[in-house]
Amino acid sequence: MGLSDKVEVPPPIRFVLNWGRKYSLWVFNFGLACCAIEFIATSMAEHDFIRMGVIPFAHGPRQADLMVVSGTLTDKMAPAVKRLYEQMPEPKYVISFGSCANCGGPYWDSYSVAKGVDQIIPVDVYVPGCPPRPEALLQGIIKLQTKIQNESLKQRYSAEPLTVEAG
Amino acid sequence: MSNDYFADYVTVGSVFLAGVAFVVVAFTAAMLVRPTRPRREKYLTYECGIDPVGVGWSQTQIRYYVFAFLFVIFDIESVFLFPFATVLRTFDAAGDGVAILVEMVIFILLLAVGLLYAWKKKVLEWV
Repeated sequence: MGLSDKVEVPPPIRFVLNWGRKYSLWVFNFGLACCAIEFIATSMAEHDFIRMGVIPFAHGPRQADLMVVSGTLTDKMAPAVKRLYEQMPEPKYVISFGSCANCGGPYWDSYSVAKGVDQIIPVDVYVPGCPPRPEALLQGIIKLQTKIQNESLKQRYSAEPLTVEAG
Repeated sequence: MSNDYFADYVTVGSVFLAGVAFVVVAFTAAMLVRPTRPRREKYLTYECGIDPVGVGWSQTQIRYYVFAFLFVIFDIESVFLFPFATVLRTFDAAGDGVAILVEMVIFILLLAVGLLYAWKKKVLEWV
């Protein structure tokens, strides 16, 4: 099933659907290193991203809309990130939080660190910093919400095949 | 009178039906609207991103059952004993102290007989 990715829904309906989607982002924190602490700080009272509709600590990837990869992605961890991303329901979004997740960061020449999470999963928003301050994540979330508000799901999913064999 | 009585059940039934309708409408609308692009990994068991170990059906050693059972009995006994000890002095002042102390000793003796029975049946031995 799925209409919004097969036909171009009329702009007013698309506005409402995107509006609902952008203000109810259940977020799955893939905390891999110190950036995860900044993520937690962003979820707490001082910065409080719940006021922007970002609901932290989803029970698991199957209940999440947004994955925030915060920290150093090692080659050993990469298959787990890939699998959990695949287990999220569509439409799903990824924020790469911090230099390590963006490009390997200070470990760019390490033998065991992936050179950015975008090598294995598609990333929507990159937040630079080592680690970025919570305000930077708030700005990244606003960027993502702007993107969600203006997107067309038909265009977003036009490149991906409709059916894949069940495992 | 009896009409009022059944009217309450109409309210309960309406709330129940509204609840069912809400779930059906919400899930159907979501199914119509959402995009779906499942890949092979989506059908795997969620186990923190690692390979699932074993199958969904697993068995636990049956011996744990007896130990769990005995634990629960004596756990309840201690939960019972502590508040009993705090109010014993109050009852003693009212003149009922000896009577409820004897009742508690009977209760503990009953449990002790059960423990002796468990011992005789050799369920306290692990192997």
